[in-house]
Amino acid sequence: MSIFVDENTKVIVQGLTGGQGKFHGLRNRDYGTKIVGGVTPGKGGSDVEGIPVFNTVKEAVAATGATASFIVVPPRFASAAILEAAEGGITFIVCITEGIPAHDEAVTYNRLVEEFPGARLLGPNCPGIISPGKCNIGITSGDIALPGGPVGIVSRSGTLTYQALHELSQQGIGQTTCVGIGGDPVPGTNFIDCLAAFEADPETKAVMMIGEIGGSEEERAAEWIKLNMTKPVVSYIAGVTAPAGRKMGHAGAIISGSKGTAQAKMEALAAAGVHVCVNPTEAGEKMVEIVRAL
Amino acid sequence: MDLFEYQGKQYFSRFGIAVSPGDVADTVDEAVAVAERIGYPVVVKAQVKVGGRGKAGGVKLAADVDEVRLHAGNILGLDIKGHVVHRLWIEKSSDIAKEYYASFTLDRPNKTHLGMLSAQGGVEIEVVAEENPSAIAFLSIDPVRGLDLATARRWVDEAQLDEVAREQAAELLVKLYECYTVGDCDLAEINPLILTPNGTVHALDAKVTLDENASFRHPEWEEFRATETEDPREKMAKEKGLNYIGLDGTIGIIANGAGLAMSTLDVVNQVGGTAANFLDIGGGANADLMAAAMEVINSDPKVKAIFVNIFGGITRVDEVAKGVLEALSRVAITAPIVLRLDGTNAVEGRAILAPHLNDRLITEATMLDAARRAVSLANA
Repeated sequence: MSIFVDENTKVIVQGLTGGQGKFHGLRNRDYGTKIVGGVTPGKGGSDVEGIPVFNTVKEAVAATGATASFIVVPPRFASAAILEAAEGGITFIVCITEGIPAHDEAVTYNRLVEEFPGARLLGPNCPGIISPGKCNIGITSGDIALPGGPVGIVSRSGTLTYQALHELSQQGIGQTTCVGIGGDPVPGTNFIDCLAAFEADPETKAVMMIGEIGGSEEERAAEWIKLNMTKPVVSYIAGVTAPAGRKMGHAGAIISGSKGTAQAKMEALAAAGVHVCVNPTEAGEKMVEIVRAL
Repeated sequence: MDLFEYQGKQYFSRFGIAVSPGDVADTVDEAVAVAERIGYPVVVKAQVKVGGRGKAGGVKLAADVDEVRLHAGNILGLDIKGHVVHRLWIEKSSDIAKEYYASFTLDRPNKTHLGMLSAQGGVEIEVVAEENPSAIAFLSIDPVRGLDLATARRWVDEAQLDEVAREQAAELLVKLYECYTVGDCDLAEINPLILTPNGTVHALDAKVTLDENASFRHPEWEEFRATETEDPREKMAKEKGLNYIGLDGTIGIIANGAGLAMSTLDVVNQVGGTAANFLDIGGGANADLMAAAMEVINSDPKVKAIFVNIFGGITRVDEVAKGVLEALSRVAITAPIVLRLDGTNAVEGRAILAPHLNDRLITEATMLDAARRAVSLANA
C-alpha cells in the first residue's frame, strides 16, 4: 500500500498552463498519474495536450472528481491557490512553490486547520510525493524510484530524497511511498504525520527519515517514535557543519542561536532508538541491511 | 535580511512605535552636527549587525561636543567581532527607570506566532530564559486572529510591567505586532524597551530581521539592501541567481539542492576536509549557471580543490557537464575539479566529460569517494 495517494488518485494541476506546471504536469501524467485537469483563471475551456483546463478549482473538481491538487504557481499567488483548492473540495494539496513569505504560510496553515480540517497540505517548497508505479505528484524523477516497497521515505530535502531513492533502488530495494515535506518553516505535513501513516501501512516495513538543521520537528518526531513506532527507522540529518544564523538554501534551514542544530536532532533520534547515520550513503547501507534481515 | 539598529528604528517609526530622536552619521563632523541639532547629552552608537557592542566600546554617552568628537572618532573604524564600524547612530540620551524586553517571532513547532515580554530587559533574553524563565511572559498568537489591545493588556499584566507603563506598553506591543506581521519580519525585538522616570515608554534598541521571501511586496526594503555589506562573492553569486554562503575551508563546493549542498559540506568534513563555501545551483540549472558557479568558486583564493556534487532531478547532468567545460574554456580554473554525477542524464553527462578527464578534472562514482579525492587533492 501507499500513503496519502494511490493509483486511483485523480489530480488537477493549478498552474498547468505555465512553463513549470506544463513540464511537471505532463511528466507526472507520463508516469501514469491520473492528471485529470488543470486550473488557470481565464483559460477555462482550453487544454494542455488533451488535459482540460478550468477557470476555478471548484469547476475542475465538479467536472473531474479530482481529490488531489498539484500547485505550481509563483509565491505571491500560492497561498490563495492553496485555500482555493481546499474550498473547492480538494483533500490532498501538494504545493512545490518556493519563496512564499513566512507570514502567509502561517496564516494559510492555520486557516486550513480551522476551516478545512479534512484537507492535507504537503509543502510548500517540497518535491512532492511519489508512490512508485502508482502516482507521482511533483518534481521527482519517476525512474529513480522502485515499486513494491518495503521502505517508506520522508524528507525535508528534495535532492537528498532523490539520493535516498537512488541508494535503495540501486540495491533492488523498493519504496512504498516517498514524501517530501519541504524545507519551509511552516510545513503543512510534518514528520509525525508521515511516520504515523507509514506505521499504519502494512506494506511499509521500515522508514527512512531525512531531516536538516532548523526548527524542532525532528526532535518532536523522535518523541513520537519512542512512544508509537514499532517499525525500524533510519535517519540522516544534513547540516552538521552548517554555520549558525544563516539560511542554508531552505528558508527553514537555519540554526537560531543554539536551537535547531543537527547534533541535537541526532541525539534525540538516537535516544528514541532510531538508527542515526552520518551521511546519505551510510543511511542507504543501513537500510539495505535492515531490509535484508526482515 | 538583518537590519542595522537605526534601520530597525526607522522601520519601527513607520508603524508608530516610539523611539529616541536621532540620526545617522558617517563622519565625526556629521556626528557633531546631529548632536548639536538634537541636544545634549547624546548616545553615540556603533552600527554593526552583531551583539555585544556596549562591551566592545561601541556605545558611549557624550555630554558635550568634545565628547562627541572623542567617542565618534574612536568608534568609527572600530572592529567589533570582525565587523568594522562605518556608521554611527546619534540619539538623544534617555533617562531610564526600568528596562523591559519585548519580541515577536515565529513559533515553528506550534505554527503560531510567539510573543515574549519581560520586566527584566536590558540583558540577553537567552540568559533570562535560562536563569529565570518565569520572568518571561510567553504569548501564543493565532496568525489568523492576530493580537488585539485587550489581549495585550492582559499580557502586560501577566508580565508584571510597572503599573504606569502598562497601557503605553500594551499599545506599543500591538504596533510592534503589526510591524512584525504587516512588515514581514522574521524577528522584531526591542531590548531594552524602557520606562523613563517621567513615565513614558519607548524603544531604546531595535533588532529586526526581514523575511526576504516577502521582498516582492516591500519595494521600500531597497534602501536596506543598499547598505548590506555583503561578501563580494556572495553578492556576485546572488546576481547570477546562485545561493552561495562563504565559509573558511579549502574545498569549493557546488551542489544542486539545499539539502545535498549541506550534506556535501558534512561529508567533506567527515573525511577530513573543510568546505570553502555552501553553493546550491538550484533546480533546473543549465550550462550557463553551472559555468557561473565555477567562476564564483574560482574567485576564492582559499579554494585548493573543487567538488561538484550533482544528483540530477530537474537539473540535467549533461547540462552540468557542458557548464563545467564552458567554465574551463572561459576562465583559467586554478584548482583541480572532482565531480560526482548521478541522476537525470548522468550517462550522457559523463560521456561529455570523458575525453577531457585528466589529473585536474576527475570523476568519482560516489559522493564519499569524490569527497575523499577532493580532500586529498586540497591537502597535496
